[in-house]
Amino acid sequence: MPNLEHPAYPAAALLRLESLVPCRESQVSMLLSIFGERQQFTFPSIFIYGHTSSGKTYVMQTLLNTLQLPHVFVNCVEHFTSRLLLEEILIQLQNCSSETAPVSRVLCDTFNDFVRLFKQAVNSQDLQDQTLYIVLDRAEQLREMEANILPAFLRLQELTDRNVTVVLLSEIVWELFRPSTGCFEPLTLYFPDYSIGHLQKILSNNHPPEYSADFYAAYINILLGVFYMVCRDLKELQHLAALNFSKYCEPVVRGEANERDTRKLWKNIEPHLKKAMQTVYLREISSSQWERLQHDDGDPGQLKGLSAHAHVELPYYSKFLLIAAYLASYNPVRTDKRFFLKHHGKIKKTNFMKKHEKTSNHLLGPKPFPLDRLLAILYSIVDSRVAPTANIFSQITSLVTLQLLSLVGHNDQLDGPRYKCTVSLDFIRAIAR
Amino acid sequence: ADYFREGNNDSEDSGLRFATCQSLWKQIKSETEQIQEEMNKQLFDNLVSFLRRSHSEFQEKTTEWSCRMKSREIPTAALVLGVNVTDHDLTFKSLSEVIQNNITPYVASLQAKDCPGIKNLMQKLMGQLMNCCVDVDSSDEEDCAQVSQNRIRCSMTSLISWYENITKKTDSEPPSRKRTSSKHLQSPPVVVIFKDMESFTTKVLQDFIVISSQHIHELPLILIFGIATSPMIIHSLLPHSVSSLLCIELFQSLSCKEHLSNIIDKLLLTTQFAFKLSEKVLQVLINIFLYHDFSVQNFIKGFQLCIVEHFYSQPLSVLCCQLLEAKKRVNSLSHSQCENIRRLPSFRRYVESQESEKQIALLTSDNFLKEAVQKLLEDLHVYHENYVPVLRCLHVFTSSLPKYPLGKQIRELHCACLESRVWETEDYESSLQLARMLNKSDLVTMLQKCVEIFVSSSGKDFDKVVEKLNDFLAQFQKLEAEACQEQEECISSQKELQKKTDLYHLQKTLLELKESRRSKKLTKFEMLRFEVVDFIDSLVRNYLVPAVHKTLHEIMYFNTASALREHLNAAPRIALHTALNNPYCYLKNQALRSDGGSISNKAPDVCIAYKLHLECGRLINLVDWLEAFSTVVTAVEGPNGDAAVSDQVDDIIHARFIRAVSELELLGFIKPSKQKTDHVARLTWGGC
Repeated sequence: MPNLEHPAYPAAALLRLESLVPCRESQVSMLLSIFGERQQFTFPSIFIYGHTSSGKTYVMQTLLNTLQLPHVFVNCVEHFTSRLLLEEILIQLQNCSSETAPVSRVLCDTFNDFVRLFKQAVNSQDLQDQTLYIVLDRAEQLREMEANILPAFLRLQELTDRNVTVVLLSEIVWELFRPSTGCFEPLTLYFPDYSIGHLQKILSNNHPPEYSADFYAAYINILLGVFYMVCRDLKELQHLAALNFSKYCEPVVRGEANERDTRKLWKNIEPHLKKAMQTVYLREISSSQWERLQHDDGDPGQLKGLSAHAHVELPYYSKFLLIAAYLASYNPVRTDKRFFLKHHGKIKKTNFMKKHEKTSNHLLGPKPFPLDRLLAILYSIVDSRVAPTANIFSQITSLVTLQLLSLVGHNDQLDGPRYKCTVSLDFIRAIAR
Repeated sequence: ADYFREGNNDSEDSGLRFATCQSLWKQIKSETEQIQEEMNKQLFDNLVSFLRRSHSEFQEKTTEWSCRMKSREIPTAALVLGVNVTDHDLTFKSLSEVIQNNITPYVASLQAKDCPGIKNLMQKLMGQLMNCCVDVDSSDEEDCAQVSQNRIRCSMTSLISWYENITKKTDSEPPSRKRTSSKHLQSPPVVVIFKDMESFTTKVLQDFIVISSQHIHELPLILIFGIATSPMIIHSLLPHSVSSLLCIELFQSLSCKEHLSNIIDKLLLTTQFAFKLSEKVLQVLINIFLYHDFSVQNFIKGFQLCIVEHFYSQPLSVLCCQLLEAKKRVNSLSHSQCENIRRLPSFRRYVESQESEKQIALLTSDNFLKEAVQKLLEDLHVYHENYVPVLRCLHVFTSSLPKYPLGKQIRELHCACLESRVWETEDYESSLQLARMLNKSDLVTMLQKCVEIFVSSSGKDFDKVVEKLNDFLAQFQKLEAEACQEQEECISSQKELQKKTDLYHLQKTLLELKESRRSKKLTKFEMLRFEVVDFIDSLVRNYLVPAVHKTLHEIMYFNTASALREHLNAAPRIALHTALNNPYCYLKNQALRSDGGSISNKAPDVCIAYKLHLECGRLINLVDWLEAFSTVVTAVEGPNGDAAVSDQVDDIIHARFIRAVSELELLGFIKPSKQKTDHVARLTWGGC
C-alpha cells in the first residue's frame, strides 16, 4: 500500500486521512496528484463513478474536510430544480470561509446570473488564490434539468475565469451523460467495488468499545459469509451488523462461551442471520421490530412480514371485472368466441397443437384491450344479468387508481379507452377462489 | 323544509315531519360517528404508540456504539385500509386530529393528485406545515404570514430552518412550552401522511424519501402510507435501495364488512330508532355495498336517502318517532290524516278482521280510530322490542351450523325474517334439522348466550323465556351427572362380559345389548335436545313474524326499493337509450307516443338518427344514413311530397342531419373512422 505523500500538505493531515479512508488509498492519492497544490489550477471538471456505496461521497467529503480545502457540497436529488441547485451553491459559498452569519437571500434564475454572482462571491470571500471545489453528488439528476446546466458546469472554470473545479459524483458511467451537442470531456475516475477483504477490513474497523477487535472481526467474518452473496452494500451491511451483534454476544454475556469459542458462537448466530436475511434485509420486518423480537427472544414466525398480507378484499363485481380483465389481457381475441359463447364452432386439432408450440402468453405479458371487450367478457362470466350501471364503470376507474388495471394510451381519450391488467396469475387465482 | 311543503299536496304536518326527519338523522349521524370512532380507536391507539415509540427512539441521542453504526431509518407506518377508498377520507381526517391532539401539531397529509412532481409535493408539504404552526401559536401568525408572502424556497433546507425556528421558539417561551409539553412531546416529530400510496408516481416518492432520509437527523420525520390494496405495493413502488431507508411497520384497519355489520347492528337491530328498512330496501343497500363499492360511507348515505324519501313521501311518517311522542301526535291528527290511515292496506286488513260494529266505528269515528291506532302503535313497539332479541337468539343457533343454511351474518337472517314467515322456508327447516344434531357442549354454550341476550334485552315477556332456558341448562347439567354414572354402569357391565368366557353366553349378551340399544333409541339427552329446539322454534313462530304482516307497518318501514335503486344505482347508458329510443318517456308529448318499432318523424332529429344507426353494423355509411334520415323526415308530406324530394335532399334536412350526427358523436355513440372515407364507426354494440 502506498503511503499518501504530497509535498503541499502536512504529513500529519495526510496520515489522518489515510486512516479515515481504508481501502481507497490509491484513489485518494490519484485525486491528490490531480488536485496539486492549493493555489494551482487543476483540471476543470472531474467525473467520479462507481457502484452504490463504493465510498465516493465519503472519500470526497473526508478528503476535502481533512485537508481543509474550500469546497461546496451539493446533493442534486435534494435540489431538484436548477434554480434551487444554483442558489444552494451560492449560499454555501457565502458561508464557506468567512463567519459572516447572516445569509442574504440570493436570487439566481439562470446560469448567467450564477456566473456573475459566483464571481462576486469568490472575490468577496478571498478565494482567488486557492482552488475551490464544487462537488455535485448524484450528478445523474443534472441530465433532467435544463440542457445547458451540465455542459456549463463542466467548463465552469473557463466561464468564470476563476480557480474552480467541479467534481461530479455518480453511479452511472460517463457515456450516459454525454449530451448530443457535445461538451467538454471531464476527467473520469472509477471507484471499483469493495472486495470481500475490503469489506471485512472496513467493517471490523468500527468495533464496539466493550469487545476486542478480534472478537468483532470474527463476527464480521460470519456475517459476510451469510450476506455477501446477496448484499455488498457497505451501509446495509453495517446496519445489519449492528442489528445482530447483540444476539452474537448473548452466549458470552451469559457466560456460556468464551470470546474465543468461535465455533459455538457460530452455531448460535448462523440460523439467526439466515432468518434476518429473509426478513429484515428485505424490509419485510422493520429493524425496530426485529430488535424488539431479539430482545424478547420471541419467534419471528409470529410476526408476519409485509408480503404475508397479500390478500385483497374486493367487491363482488370488482372481482369479476378484474378476472375479465385478466382474461382479456392474456387471451388472444380470436379465442373469445370459443371460450365465451355457448355454441362455438369446433376447432381443428392441428390448429390447437400449433398454439401450444408458441410461447406462453404469460411470458409475453399483458396486452391492451378495449373497454367493450372487457364488458362483453364480464357479461359472459357473471351468472346473473349485470346492468351496465354507473357503479360498474366507476369500479373500473377505481381499479385503475388501485393500480390493478392500467390505462393504456392517452388519459383524455373518452371513446374507446384501452386497459391492461397488471396483476399476476397468483393474485387472480386468490381472487377467483 | 320549503321543498318538503311544496312537494306535498296535503301540506299539513310537513313542518313537523321535516323536524322529525332532521332530528332522527342527527341522532343516527352521531351514532354512526360514534361507531366509527370506536372502530378506529384500536387502530389509532396502535398508531399513536408507534409514533411515540419511534420518536422516543429518535430522541435518544446516545453516542452508543450500536446507535452510531446503525443507519438512520425513517419510521414508517403502512396503514392498510382496504379498497373502500371513499371511506378513507374520514379515517384520515380523524387520524390527523388524533395525532394533532396527542403527539405533534405538525401533520401534513398529501394526496397523489396534488403531487405530480417532487416540487409540488414540497410546496404542498411546506404550505400545510407552516399553516399548522399558525394554528398552534397565534403569536407567530405574523412571522408565518411574512414567510409565506416571501415565496418561500421550497427545499428541505428551508423546511429544516423553519423547524428549528419553531422548536426554538416553543422552547424559549415558557408559557407556550408548558402548554405544548403537556400535550405534545418535546421537539415534536413531523408526520407526513400519504393518503393514497398507490397513486403516487414512483419517482416522486423515491426522491422524497431519499431527500428526507438525508435530513432525518435534523428533522424528525415520520411517514404514514395509506394503502388500499396490499402492503406488497411498497415493494413494487420502491426499489430496495429506497425501501431500505425506511423502517416500516404494518397496521391493519378493521375490514369494511365487519364495519358494516356493526353499523347494521347499531342502526337497524335496535329499538332506539323508530325508522326501519323493509327487506327489499335493505337488500338493495347491502347489494350495492357488497357488489360495488364496499363503502360504509355510501351505505350510510343510502340510509339517509331512505329516511328523507320516507318522510317526504309518506304523510303518516309524522308518527314515525318514539312511542310516547307518537301517541301524543296521534291525538292531534287531522281528519284527512285519519283518512290516510284508513287507506293503509295493512290497516284495512286489520279492520276486516274485526267485528262489524267495530269496523263501522273504526271507519267513521276519528276518535275511536285514534285510540285504536295508539294501541296498534304500542303493539308494534312491543313487537320490535321482542323481535331483536329473538332474532339474535336464532342467529346464535344458525350461525354455528355447518354450511349456514340461514346465512352466516345476522343481516342475512334479518332479511330472511323480514321477507316472509321464516319458519315456512326450506332453509329454516334444514337448519332445525341440523340443530337437532348439535352436540351437548355447543348446545349448552348457545343456550347460555341466549340467556345473556334475553337478560340484557328490555322486553317484558322474556322472564319466562329466561326461566325456561335456565331450566334447560339445569337439566343438561343433571344429565351430565347422570351420564357419568351411566358410564360407570356401562363399564361394570362390560366387566361382567369379560367374566363370561363361555362363547354362547357372550353371543347372547351381545345380542341383548344390541337390542336394548336399538329400543332405547332416544336417550335423555336427545329428548332434551328436541325440547330445546322445539322451544326455539316456538319462540321464532311467536316473535319473528315479518313486519309486513303487522298493522300500521307502513308508518315505520320504508318500502319503495325501486326508487332507491334508481337513485343509487344509476344506469346512464340505459337512460340514454330510453331517452333516444322512446322520447315520450321524458318529453311527455302525446304526438311522440310511439307504437312499437316504427320510427315517427315527429321525434327529435337525434332520436331518428339514433334509431336508424341502431340498424347499422360497425361502420356506417353517411350517405345511406342521410338518405334514410330524409325519407323518415319527409314521410309526413305523403305521396305527393315524396316524388318531389326523391333524388335531391333538401338543404335544411341536410343541415338537420349533420347536427343530429354531431350530437350523437358528442354523446359518444359514433366516432369518425379512418378506415373508410364517408363512414363513421359505431362505439356501442347491441341495443343495451
